[in-house]
Amino acid sequence: MWDNIMVLAAAPVFNVQLILDGLFIGAIFALAGYGLALVWGVMNVKNLAQGELVIMGGYFAYVMTQLGLHPLLALIPAFAIMFGFGWLVYKIIISKVIERDLFTSLLATFGLALVIQQGLNLAFGPEVQTAQSGMEIRSIFGGNVTVADIRVLSLILCAILAGLVVLFMKHSRMGQAIRATSQDPRAARVMGIDTEKVYAFTFALNAAICGAAGVLISMIWVIQPFYGVPHSIRAFVVVTAAGLGNLPGVIIAALGLGVAEQYSGFVLGAEFQQATVVMLLIFVLMWRQFQMSKNRQVVQ
Amino acid sequence: MIKEKYLHAGLLVFGVLAPFLFPNYTVQISLLWIMILFALTWDTLGGQMGYNSLGNIVFFGVGMYISAIVQIGVVYDVALYTSPDGAALTGNFAPAQYYTGLALGILAAAVGCVILAVLFSQVFFGLRGPYFAIGTLGLALAAGELVGAWDYVGGGGGIALPVFPSDPKSQGIFFYYLCLVSALATYVFLRWLYNTRFGLAINAIRDDEEKAEAMGIHTKRHKTAAWCTSAFFLGISGALFGNMTGFIEPLEVAFPTITFGIFMVAMALLGGKGTLWGPILGAIVFHLIKEVTWTYLLGWQWIALGTLIIINVVYFQQGILGWARDKWPDLFGLTVDEAMSSGSEKRGSS
Repeated sequence: MWDNIMVLAAAPVFNVQLILDGLFIGAIFALAGYGLALVWGVMNVKNLAQGELVIMGGYFAYVMTQLGLHPLLALIPAFAIMFGFGWLVYKIIISKVIERDLFTSLLATFGLALVIQQGLNLAFGPEVQTAQSGMEIRSIFGGNVTVADIRVLSLILCAILAGLVVLFMKHSRMGQAIRATSQDPRAARVMGIDTEKVYAFTFALNAAICGAAGVLISMIWVIQPFYGVPHSIRAFVVVTAAGLGNLPGVIIAALGLGVAEQYSGFVLGAEFQQATVVMLLIFVLMWRQFQMSKNRQVVQ
Repeated sequence: MIKEKYLHAGLLVFGVLAPFLFPNYTVQISLLWIMILFALTWDTLGGQMGYNSLGNIVFFGVGMYISAIVQIGVVYDVALYTSPDGAALTGNFAPAQYYTGLALGILAAAVGCVILAVLFSQVFFGLRGPYFAIGTLGLALAAGELVGAWDYVGGGGGIALPVFPSDPKSQGIFFYYLCLVSALATYVFLRWLYNTRFGLAINAIRDDEEKAEAMGIHTKRHKTAAWCTSAFFLGISGALFGNMTGFIEPLEVAFPTITFGIFMVAMALLGGKGTLWGPILGAIVFHLIKEVTWTYLLGWQWIALGTLIIINVVYFQQGILGWARDKWPDLFGLTVDEAMSSGSEKRGSS
């Protein structure tokens, strides 16, 4: 462990590599995190199947490469089909648990996560896959730092997608209805907004965003049917750290998480990379609890 | 018109005679008792106290590892035993060494888990509702990863436990009775516990924690004690399960978050959470369905499990017992009268 820190100190250029990798990956975490924040904020459902939706999207890109097409082309079908899938999931499951207590929605989406990951496992097998984009890998800083073109492209696509979603939420009729419903569903209904449709649309939009994020993940990283759980945990870390309805916070938290993961993977060893995500979750929860305990007045 | 004492007698007779009646299914029935223990201990927090934990499995795994370390540690150096050179040592346990190690191991597992539960309580009981569920889920996942990276206990490769100093058949029967006794002890203890003032207090926490606190219940102390109860029995079950399997490994055996960890929730919900008999009924039904259909589903079993959880949670949340109570309230008042009317029972839904 100390050796690795020494390496970082002796050759600062490795830091650049880690930070860049972290930022590229973190940008995609931000998409999944934003989707979760949307669903959480609008309908108060904590979606534990978030990571599975991401991985599901990733397999669209994988299928594209199997068909001999470029994986980037999968973005549009992934977005569209995942939108439909999200709508279906809302109608079958989420609409039934939306009025219930929060643990119900948590457990129902956990069941959904099991179904999706096992379904993917049956369909594609448990191998770790990646969608080859066939793009160049460039070296900078005299060959010590490598940057794949596809990573830069995915960062740009992330930014475009996030920008489109924000514009949609701000200016479109549906986006305004979603924001109105999240503020006060009852008042929104009184104003003539079909909240049921808004909820369905929100969940479908979340699934679509996750699907697009999955396509990008599969090109710059790896996918596997069971890699969804860490993605779900990451989304929770991001949202819990940033708070709801705080888009800049989500972006900063996600980028920070990406970098933190890369550093822990390098310093502590690859086997700790997963553990870091989970430990960060516990840490964020504890930190929030500490913040809140300042406001709490104990009688005992 | 089934009196509860007949149920007790029936279960006890079945439990004692089962290894002789169904000698080929000893392991499966041992597992049934462990499942009952799982569902009962989950329900202490999830059903009776309203704190839905997704990470109770952590005590199962920790108990397993503590027991393994103690069992090995009484005779050999653990680091040597788990190193590649130690492979020859697994069979090198005299009967006296083995039984002493096992007794100490189970004891240490139970005590160690209680201590751990006290520590975790300091952190996790500040979290409410879904945050508690997510936090404990994270705890279970982290535990698996961290133990897997710890070479002293064999890391991801796991440990082979000391071999039972007799033939496999008597090993099966020996551990069967240990499982039976621990499940019965859990039942008897929780039955008593739910009928005390403590049971009422944790029910009050479930119904409204702020009001409970305002009424003078020391909520944190009660929550800690309830988790310690769960941890105590889960630690024992982990120690037993580890020795039954003979080989322990962090992700699949010791901290199986998506199998046993979610089974315990599914079983308690299936039977009806917040009741004493619900988890037992749920565990029996679930385990029976699982053991009978698992091998015929050919890879679809996990999808079936996920679907079962979704259907259970979305459409059938009151569970079997809750459903029966709604359907035949009169009959129900008669059947489990003593347990139902003695104050600890309320509707499990929140």
